[in-house]
Amino acid sequence: MGKLKTFTRRAFLVGSATIAGGVAFGTYLVKRDPDNPLAVSLAEGEATFNPWVLIDAERITLIAPHGDSGQGVLSTQAALIAEEMDLGWGDFEVSFGVPSGAYWNRALAADGVPFMPTDESFAANTARSAMNSVAKVVGIQGTGGSSSMPDSYVKLREAGAMARETLKLAASQRSGVPVAELGTQAGAVVLPDGTSIPYTDLAAEASTLEPVEGTALRDLSSWTLLGAPMERLDIVAKSTGTQDYGIDLVVDGMVHASVCLNPAKGAPLIGYDAEDALAMPGVQKVVEVTGGVAVIASNTWYAIQGAMAVDCQWGEADYPAEQADHWAALEAAFTEDALDQEWRNDGDVEAALDAGDVIEAEYRMPYVAHQPLEPLNAIVRVTDAQVEVWTGHQLPRFLQQVVAGVTGHDTDDVIFHNQFMGGSFGHRLEFEHLKQAAEIANQMRGTPVKLTYSREEDFSQDFTRHIAMGRGRASVSGGQVTGIDLGVASPSVVASQMSRMGLSVPGPDSQIVAGAWNNPYSLPNYRMRGYRAEGLAPTSSWRAVGANNGGFAFDCLLDEAIHAAGADPLAERIRLMEHDVSRKVLEAVGEMSSWGGELPANRARGIAFVESFGVPVAEVVEVEQTDAGIAIRDVWVACDVGRVLDPVNFENLVQGGVIFGLGHAINCEITYAGGRAEQSNYHAHEGMRMYQTPAIHVRGLENGEHVRGIGEPPTPCAPPALANAIFALTGQRLREMPFNKFIDFV
Amino acid sequence: MKLTVNDTEHEVDVDPAMPLLWVLRDELGITGPKYGCGIAQCGACTVHIDGQAVRSCQVAIGDLVGDVTTIEGLGTPDLRHAVQEAWIEGQVAQCGYCQSGQIMQAASLLETNPAPTDDDIDRAMSGNLCRCGTYPRIRAAIHSAAAKLQEG
Ligand code: FES
Ligand code: FES
Repeated sequence: MGKLKTFTRRAFLVGSATIAGGVAFGTYLVKRDPDNPLAVSLAEGEATFNPWVLIDAERITLIAPHGDSGQGVLSTQAALIAEEMDLGWGDFEVSFGVPSGAYWNRALAADGVPFMPTDESFAANTARSAMNSVAKVVGIQGTGGSSSMPDSYVKLREAGAMARETLKLAASQRSGVPVAELGTQAGAVVLPDGTSIPYTDLAAEASTLEPVEGTALRDLSSWTLLGAPMERLDIVAKSTGTQDYGIDLVVDGMVHASVCLNPAKGAPLIGYDAEDALAMPGVQKVVEVTGGVAVIASNTWYAIQGAMAVDCQWGEADYPAEQADHWAALEAAFTEDALDQEWRNDGDVEAALDAGDVIEAEYRMPYVAHQPLEPLNAIVRVTDAQVEVWTGHQLPRFLQQVVAGVTGHDTDDVIFHNQFMGGSFGHRLEFEHLKQAAEIANQMRGTPVKLTYSREEDFSQDFTRHIAMGRGRASVSGGQVTGIDLGVASPSVVASQMSRMGLSVPGPDSQIVAGAWNNPYSLPNYRMRGYRAEGLAPTSSWRAVGANNGGFAFDCLLDEAIHAAGADPLAERIRLMEHDVSRKVLEAVGEMSSWGGELPANRARGIAFVESFGVPVAEVVEVEQTDAGIAIRDVWVACDVGRVLDPVNFENLVQGGVIFGLGHAINCEITYAGGRAEQSNYHAHEGMRMYQTPAIHVRGLENGEHVRGIGEPPTPCAPPALANAIFALTGQRLREMPFNKFIDFV
Repeated sequence: MKLTVNDTEHEVDVDPAMPLLWVLRDELGITGPKYGCGIAQCGACTVHIDGQAVRSCQVAIGDLVGDVTTIEGLGTPDLRHAVQEAWIEGQVAQCGYCQSGQIMQAASLLETNPAPTDDDIDRAMSGNLCRCGTYPRIRAAIHSAAAKLQEG
């Protein structure tokens, strides 16, 4: 940042970023905000007021620092800024920006604290703000945990308001008209006589002003963009084949690479014979990377064919070779020694179990792969001076560090060009493919290398969702559920993921128990414990992470208890739910689905409620017994994200989240044999296809105090709602996913 | 080897076993067709050969007979095919990676069946995976494209 100091004007603009951040974050622990990265390369006549808005004489550029893996956050981030700036929709460019500490993700950090999202106590909020300071120092500019909207909601609108007011001040100085008499419309300041001055015209003057801070944000009632359906900025490109993803990019002089890696994830390469591969058409050379080999060729297909032809000797996995031993490790983990944390101990659960009728159950949640449709890929060019990286990634700042760690450059000399992602579901939080691409490019300095995984390699190397087992007892008495005692055992996904980033995380892992410990029910007697199983396969965050496991175990157990008590599944859940926002979600789904009404023959319904990332979600699933097997006909979903910013995109994401949850629950698992994943492509792990897809009816409530993201929360609620529906239809309890091991679906 | 893609003739010099998909993407720079699975499981690579929807990952370039149309040849951002129009109006895409293939499959379905039922759609479209789960919107968009095409 040294070069900034020579330009007073620029240094001054950096100061304005400080103002923007200060308003948005207000913590005194870490006073100095990260520098505004836009200020570094400003040309004469360009203005930046904060890290999110850049204006020059030609164009207005808005920065959307959260990567877009399909959730449409590029559009929503732009809309938050544009709403306050009165920009015509689409009359601006949007960039993912450069990796910078200025874009640290406050919401992602806030979710790392061990307080329930519904907990607004002083202690909980203090911990969240402390985490925020940590995130700020390490510069987590991340996309994950459905955090893009919570992170952006206030800070991007403030950025827009600051830009608007500063531009008005510039117009006032030029025209002599007081600021109070100026308006803004369609990207221009409007004078009382109707003359309008485009923002682009004011950029040079505005850049000399001290940015105007502290303007009140507009009332929701005056919004013109937010809250109404918007045409996503990427929708035309994505409907005409013209959207470029990382895998589509071409850099001059580029060669293609593909890898063949030890299927025992993380284990070494012992030796290899590349003779056959080198004799194949298009293959140029074979180089070693950590854990395997890479084949360089003139075309992706040649590289993939070449990689399959290398004969490798592999080291052995440091996790159990056979699947049965993974389950056995979980079975053995329900011990005092493996206790990670007792998260809840409300009332007296032992007394409740003594006094009531007791039911007992065990639930199994398998490893599941991410497998977004765009396989992992990256282009890397290493020169002595710098490294350039083109790929879609959710953690740009860490990406720079990881790549610099491989090539030996300074982190700041790693230039990252973030790309649209063909899905992620957590897959693009990982770095191994980037390390490999950097290792290859580092051995070929000057030549850009595009690494593309084959689908088979992507499956083989996928750090899956963590496997888990739930064991619980519930007591019922007098027609009511009186207590639940639930333990969940799993490996720590957080520890696994962080270890690959060279970090260790002290303390218990709330993702072992997510979806269970943080449920907002007011059960009079509730004990919830997490157990940590060591030594299992490496895992990573998978859409909604731990809530998929804890939510399934808790809600299914609750449903079993409700049936044992002879109560109505919806009414008893409502009775047990004192948390107002969550109760309304249950009531809404009951109303939407006309719960309790007559159903056609051969049909039945189940309900579930799971909270994740602060979003309470209730779903009702209706199934039908047909000659061809069980068909899932309808799903009703109610959830509360505080504020629905784009109703159409919201509905799309909720439907997608439900389909993701259902598809994997019925069809998918990753199992190990000989230390390698047995499923190698979509035929063995396909998720849901159209013929199995139900009609999905969505309602977004707005009673919650905070704005939350919706990318993940609909997913964990779908499997228990389906399992509960199948029980209602057949009397069979499904306690293990995937369900197609036990029953036939159409 | 010669091939015609979107009405333009090309000549390539590659292994005849190379799938059409990779000829399009890496040799001709036509990247609308996507690589998803390579084994006819996802449909992301779908193109038309003489008007028929085909998985381009399964056609060796040496065996190619007929003219190829990719999504780029179906319509453009300024001159959109009715199916693309319906996709935009229905805001179908999430990540969008599968959608070139979905649109090519849907366009070919409507060629042969101008008013498909939900069952027809399920049958024609179930080979096209969407990991983001946009199926409900795809269904709706096909119905609306069918209506558009019938109006002319
Ligand atoms: S890439 Fe051709 S069907 Fe998947
Ligand atoms: S929109 Fe992402 S795979 Fe279909």
